[in-house]
Amino acid sequence: MRIKLKGARILDPGNIDGFRDIVIDEGKIDSIIDPNYSRDGQSCISTHNNDNIIEIDVTGMVAVPGLIDLHVHLREPGHEYKETIETGLKAAAKGGFTAVCPMPNTSPVNDNSTITAFMVSRAKEIANLRISSSFNQSELYSGVSKLYPVGAITKGLEGEYLCEYSDMKKAGMVAISDDGRPVQNARVMRRAMEYAKGLGLPVISHCEDINLARDGAMNEGVVATKLGIKGIPNVSESTIVMRDIALAELTGASIHIAHVSCEESVDAIRNGKKRGIKVTAETAPHYFSLTEEAVSRYDTNAKMNPPLRTERDRQAIIQGLVDGTIDIIVTDHAPHSLLEKDVEFDRAAFGIVGLETSLGLSMKLVQDGLLSFENLIEKMSKRPASILGIDNALKAGNPADITIIDIDAFWSVNPKTFLSKSRNTPFTGFSLKGEVYMTIVDGKIAYQRES
Amino acid sequence: MRFEHKDLLDIESLSVKDINMILDTAEGMKEISNRPIKKVPTLRGKTIVLFFQEPSTRTKLSFDIAAKRLSADTISISSGSSSIVKGETLIDTAKNLESMNPDIIVIRHPSSGAAELISRRVKASVVNAGDGLHAHPTQALLDMMTVREKKGKIEGLNISIIGDIAHSRVARSNIEGFTKMGAAVTVSAPSTMIPKGVEKLGCEVASDIESCIENADVVMMLRIQKERQEAILFPTEREYSMLFGLNIHRLKGAKRDVLVMHPGPMNRGVEINSDVADGEHSVILEQVTNGVALRMAVFYLVAGGMKNAD
Repeated sequence: MRIKLKGARILDPGNIDGFRDIVIDEGKIDSIIDPNYSRDGQSCISTHNNDNIIEIDVTGMVAVPGLIDLHVHLREPGHEYKETIETGLKAAAKGGFTAVCPMPNTSPVNDNSTITAFMVSRAKEIANLRISSSFNQSELYSGVSKLYPVGAITKGLEGEYLCEYSDMKKAGMVAISDDGRPVQNARVMRRAMEYAKGLGLPVISHCEDINLARDGAMNEGVVATKLGIKGIPNVSESTIVMRDIALAELTGASIHIAHVSCEESVDAIRNGKKRGIKVTAETAPHYFSLTEEAVSRYDTNAKMNPPLRTERDRQAIIQGLVDGTIDIIVTDHAPHSLLEKDVEFDRAAFGIVGLETSLGLSMKLVQDGLLSFENLIEKMSKRPASILGIDNALKAGNPADITIIDIDAFWSVNPKTFLSKSRNTPFTGFSLKGEVYMTIVDGKIAYQRES
Repeated sequence: MRFEHKDLLDIESLSVKDINMILDTAEGMKEISNRPIKKVPTLRGKTIVLFFQEPSTRTKLSFDIAAKRLSADTISISSGSSSIVKGETLIDTAKNLESMNPDIIVIRHPSSGAAELISRRVKASVVNAGDGLHAHPTQALLDMMTVREKKGKIEGLNISIIGDIAHSRVARSNIEGFTKMGAAVTVSAPSTMIPKGVEKLGCEVASDIESCIENADVVMMLRIQKERQEAILFPTEREYSMLFGLNIHRLKGAKRDVLVMHPGPMNRGVEINSDVADGEHSVILEQVTNGVALRMAVFYLVAGGMKNAD
């Protein structure tokens, strides 16, 4: 079956920016046609079976290479009451992501190829279950976005012994990380980086000195002092950022710094890049949208790790995004139920959901004139793909993973409409501009906004 | 004039007017405790739950006596005996308490914000008897009551607070309360015990006890918790005492009519020497006496009582 997306502005940074039609065949991009030369285009199509083509009018929308979220938690296996691979991938599709990378801190931990293979096969199984109830053209629709698992750096995330990266890579693992339980031993981290380098696997580092952060529940500063909450200082993050950049220099490996939250880390990464060290970095929308003030009434939905920081840090994160120090935007989607969140602040779990609010919050950077739209798509699509070594350009022969955005649509964040199983967001009621209209994964519609 | 708050959660949410109303009412209550029959019928038929999730002798007893002198019925739940040890969540416990229709819930809890969390879920008035490191409003109010009684005013006084400010809800509530009432508060401790940004609460930070005490009208010493040694806040009690312990020599830097206070329980020989604790400037036991009157006033006001009504 063939699909033709008509009327959209196509924006693929460094490749295309203009009004084109995209023809999709068998899950892949068949051709991209300039409608101004429609005759040529028509003749191109007519060489194929022209009867079975479905035209989708997306006039007024912008189509971009599918967004990729390098940092999510899907909670399966182990904590299915918070999220499952199915609900997580549906939420991802709704958020415009054609692919997401779940972190290894599941239960059991994704530290062996069996777990990796389970996640991959579960995702494929879900994608193959067509949603037929709500749509009549069921063949056109598939439920979910793609899943690229991230494996653990060490067995059980215990920071001691390396996992079988090669075996896990064969099962579908795309990167390794210590997210959730950071590797404290620098020697272990060094060996992991050296070993992963030989296999061409990116290392994603959750930078946190757990001794400096111990007992902390929010940013160390005046708000924490007022509330009587124990603080987590910036340096619990930045010292490990510095360590890992130094290890990247030593080993020649590349390091990707997860969820950067503070000024000191941005400075360290900027300096590392200047020295020519292979370091990339990510931040999440909450770090450029909110500050520690969001915690001020013990709101457990504003509790995450690393914590929301000060306005000064927020500005440094924005500056890092603007000057390219921070390469990509991720969500760190961390679903939790009321069991973990409707409790005393210091006992509440860290983390917020993010898949369904990320694009809208990030679009604000464009609306505020801080980033160009093209630049934003770089940070949410092209750069994450290149870090994973994936070519997601909109060009003939590539998988048809496309996000179609209604950049002028206003909407308001309502957790009740989330497809994620969890509702733990600090953004309830936020008015945002820029909404996902459609997400196409392997040529099938994984999500379409209800009109 | 009516007290306009359902709950007493912290000092921050009180106005100067509120604080004066509480202190005035407490002064009026004080005399009841000196009667041969120490009981008035004011809160007869009211139920007050004392829900203490942290060890406490003095504070709990003080609340209990205050309630009984107003003829309220009190029920006490402590951490060992409550369902919390059976895994029930705080909110579930609070909702269960609520189902038995208490009028006032007094809560002490190790988590900052716990009193506020409960207050949002129950119709009963919630009185915070100490939540984590956050607030201990009745302690600060009884301290202000004691100072006002002795000095005739609070405004313009120099208040020195010495000890583990970072881990003290008493310090936080007193800094907020005394600065709100127009006093100048200076704190001092080893830097490990000074929380980041504390000056934003309106106090000054002195690096040593001598400069902190200089010209003080009130010196308030905080309890040093021995378990804090594990958190690497100070090397030994001996060294702490040498640097920040209050003794008769150090007190000479203060004003001649200085008041020495301590929220208790004291570590004699650590943060305070007996020559000061039992000396002529000490009002430590009067703080305890005033605590009962102050808590009677709080019960009376949150239960809807009017100032100066009888």
